[in-house]
Amino acid sequence: MSVFPTLTLSIWVPIFSGILVLFTGDDKNAKAARWFALVGSIVSFLVTLPLYTGFNFSDGGFQFQEGFQWIPSFNINYHLGVDGIAVPLILLTSFTTVIVVIAGWEVIQKRVAQYMASFLIMSGLMIGVFSSLDAILYYVFWEAMLIPMFLVIGIWGGPNRVYATIKFFLYTLLGSLLMLVAFIYLYSQSHSFELIDFYQIRLPMNVQILIFLAFFMAFAVKVPMWPVHTWLPDAHVEAPTGGSVVLAAIALKLGGYSFLRFSMPIAPDASHYLSGFMITLSLIAVVYIALVALVQKDMKKLIAYSSISHMGFVTLGFFIFNPLGMEGAIVQMISHGFISSAMFLAVGVLYDRMHSRQIADYGGVVNSMPKFTAFAVLFAMSNAGLPGTSGFVGEFMVILGAIQANFWYAFLASTTLIFGAAYTLWMVKRVFYGDIANSHVAELVDVNHRELLILVLLSILVLGLGLYPQALTEMTHATVNQLLEHMTHSKLPASI
Amino acid sequence: MNGIQSDLLNALPEIFVLVMAMFILILDLFLKSENRIAIFLLSQITLLGAAFITIFTYTGGVGYSFSGMFVDDPLANAVKLMIYLSTSIMMFYTRSYISLRGMFRGEFYSLILFAMLGMMIMVSGQHFLTLYMGLELLSLCLYSLVAMDRDNFHATEAAMKYFVLGALASGMLLYGMSMLYGATGSLNITDVANALQNNAQDHPVLILGLVFVVAGLAFKLGAVPFHMWVPDVYQGAPTAITLFIGSVTKLAAFVFVVRLLVQGLSVLVVDWQGMLIIMSVLSIALGNVTAIAQTNIKRMFAYSTISHIGYLLLGILSYSPTNPNGIAAAMFYVASYVLMTLAGFGMILLLSRKGFEAENIEDLKGLNQRSPWFAFMMLITMFSMAGVPPTLGFYAKFSVLQSALQAGFVWLVVYAVLMAVIGAFYYLRIVKVMYFDEPLDHHEIRNYPEMNMVLSANALGLLILGLMPQRLMDICAYVVVRSLQ
Repeated sequence: MSVFPTLTLSIWVPIFSGILVLFTGDDKNAKAARWFALVGSIVSFLVTLPLYTGFNFSDGGFQFQEGFQWIPSFNINYHLGVDGIAVPLILLTSFTTVIVVIAGWEVIQKRVAQYMASFLIMSGLMIGVFSSLDAILYYVFWEAMLIPMFLVIGIWGGPNRVYATIKFFLYTLLGSLLMLVAFIYLYSQSHSFELIDFYQIRLPMNVQILIFLAFFMAFAVKVPMWPVHTWLPDAHVEAPTGGSVVLAAIALKLGGYSFLRFSMPIAPDASHYLSGFMITLSLIAVVYIALVALVQKDMKKLIAYSSISHMGFVTLGFFIFNPLGMEGAIVQMISHGFISSAMFLAVGVLYDRMHSRQIADYGGVVNSMPKFTAFAVLFAMSNAGLPGTSGFVGEFMVILGAIQANFWYAFLASTTLIFGAAYTLWMVKRVFYGDIANSHVAELVDVNHRELLILVLLSILVLGLGLYPQALTEMTHATVNQLLEHMTHSKLPASI
Repeated sequence: MNGIQSDLLNALPEIFVLVMAMFILILDLFLKSENRIAIFLLSQITLLGAAFITIFTYTGGVGYSFSGMFVDDPLANAVKLMIYLSTSIMMFYTRSYISLRGMFRGEFYSLILFAMLGMMIMVSGQHFLTLYMGLELLSLCLYSLVAMDRDNFHATEAAMKYFVLGALASGMLLYGMSMLYGATGSLNITDVANALQNNAQDHPVLILGLVFVVAGLAFKLGAVPFHMWVPDVYQGAPTAITLFIGSVTKLAAFVFVVRLLVQGLSVLVVDWQGMLIIMSVLSIALGNVTAIAQTNIKRMFAYSTISHIGYLLLGILSYSPTNPNGIAAAMFYVASYVLMTLAGFGMILLLSRKGFEAENIEDLKGLNQRSPWFAFMMLITMFSMAGVPPTLGFYAKFSVLQSALQAGFVWLVVYAVLMAVIGAFYYLRIVKVMYFDEPLDHHEIRNYPEMNMVLSANALGLLILGLMPQRLMDICAYVVVRSLQ
């Protein structure tokens, strides 16, 4: 496997640039820290581009594989590789990091080096999660990612940040540790932590169900699925803008991705058996959480609930087991990465000026910030699933997939087109239009070049994915088919 | 090579340490107080010399001395090297602390060296009496070390408590050993094991003896329900001594358990396994839950130790005569634990200065603003104790959980994992006060440069060993397999 180590570079370039940024020291050198971080994040993004250009679209297996023995006594390897599901997520991660660095440019004035370093290191660790083909390697990245996130929310977050960040950490840790037990159990069956070996193990139904549930605890918390979603609104509200962006755009995708990577291929029979359960939870998230979002008074909380609702679509798409649903879910993940980043950044822009996230404090922003409003409305429309934007493609594909499975699934899922539009547009109406609420709103200054740059980049992506989703689906197509094919083979032990 | 020479050769490190400890005791009488740094250096040289001797007399085989009372096997050698290393680190950490509190005296170092000698004898004991002698040498030194700051009311109280409960535990252990002697007719561990193999196992007094032995061991380890002394002694003793009790001695205690239960009484594995399961379950729960309520960081570490002992027992109890993996995992756990505890207490010592004891969790507030570097070192230590990758503590937990799962204790593993989440909370709280709170204390953090370097190396070691734990795992697996055949 002596190929060019693209994946190793994708993981370690951001981590090492993060460490380098840390060495710029305290806030006297904040400027150096910012520029180092920007260069580091751009280089990290460029390093991941060959994953797209060099990708073989007709191969559904793992590409760019590389590795060596890491801990031989447990047969743990540093084994990396990506397939059509992982590559878009890796690109999303490295791209979002650039956005986050730019977004925090002036906003963060306190301990700048640590802030930038946290995001760079986190980016490397998340790319590690997406590209690990060894369960323990995956686990190490997965858990290590919590540490910078914990610090980001706790140091730069809002007033109730300590509660939120500890809740976030403990919730995630609980799920992950159960997943670790499942990994160790699988190791006792296969004597290897290689994913490819895990895929071959035959397990009786009761064991598969337990394994599935252990994984479920880890991934459902991360996605987050109803009813283990309660950490997310807290974490989002308290996190600084960059933290919310990374959480929504990438961290949630770790959970969705892991369902595809672990739960389904390792426990296919249990996945089929429990699909009703999973679909029910997903639909509750789609419908009920959308209604919860409707009544939020805090913009960030509203977007947080909207994220949960949209992620419900992702898990719904996975567990109806048809190519349309699954590819739709993947498109939805990527699209949600763009849209939620953009929404959180938009709230960040307002918050930096007004220091309030309450919808009631705003009104008539369009009068003082016309340019900004144009972008914000575009993203809001996309969040509501307007055709032509990326938000529409994913949801539409999942609904089409759901109709093939069961009419009522599709019916309930499509209510989101109404509720989603309702809560998003109602927020837009209250914040951006109407009478000017108070003198502070009247004095708002429109976006500067830095903010404009971010908004333009994201709107290009939102529209691009909405108009030409094939760029993404042709990449995932082979992998999704292979995964679904794999899942049609029962892994129950052959009866004798 | 005739008998007496090889007898002495096996015990050469012990002899060297003994001679040096006595030499230091005498030399101290003739030194002026400004030259006392020589004692410190000489003690460090003693440790280095002992390490050289241990390495150069290493044969890779198992050698018995003094009619089989003393054993020189890879397990003993490896653990002795760990003991030298951690004692040396401990001496680096404590120099400024004890000199500011009038304890920088020759007795301190000779008592430490005698205590270490006791541990070395425990580690190499192959006979109930040798083990007991080593244990008592260690314990007596510790009692006097705890009371060394003699005007301190809390320290004196802690020393009394430690002494009374320790004596009780020693008594139980000795009583249990005498019953085992009655049942098997020997005090030699090899002979006891052979006698048990050859049908002495139905003797009713045997189980009673085992219960006493396990209770005595649990006292020394600090496992629930024999843990009462741990928090009080940890809190009352001067931090320098708490560091020693909390870290290095656990290495010796671990080998002590292995010698008695695994080498001597492995036939009775089913009986002691049950007892260890109960102690492990209780220790993990009590340690983790009670630690949450603490405001004193030393007391918090005491409860955290109790929970770590519970995880350590998880490794030991997964032992079966056909599969000694659990012991290797436990050894890996104890080695990691010692490194983490050293770093944790090292940080408390670093923050203490003349007239100020960093004792409360509050004293760590805002450490990230006072010293980002040491805050980061403490961050690594805390996440390592919580078992979060990529630190060493993760692999420690991972390997004991793996061995317990392999031994079939699935629900015990799930339980241990759920408890680890509770445990993570109070370590996170330390990180929280360091990073999220404003400092209460604005004194500059100053200490001897060598301490800063050793502490940084110690904490970074947790991270580096977490990235490449293979070598340490190999050593543990190798020595356990070679020594327990």
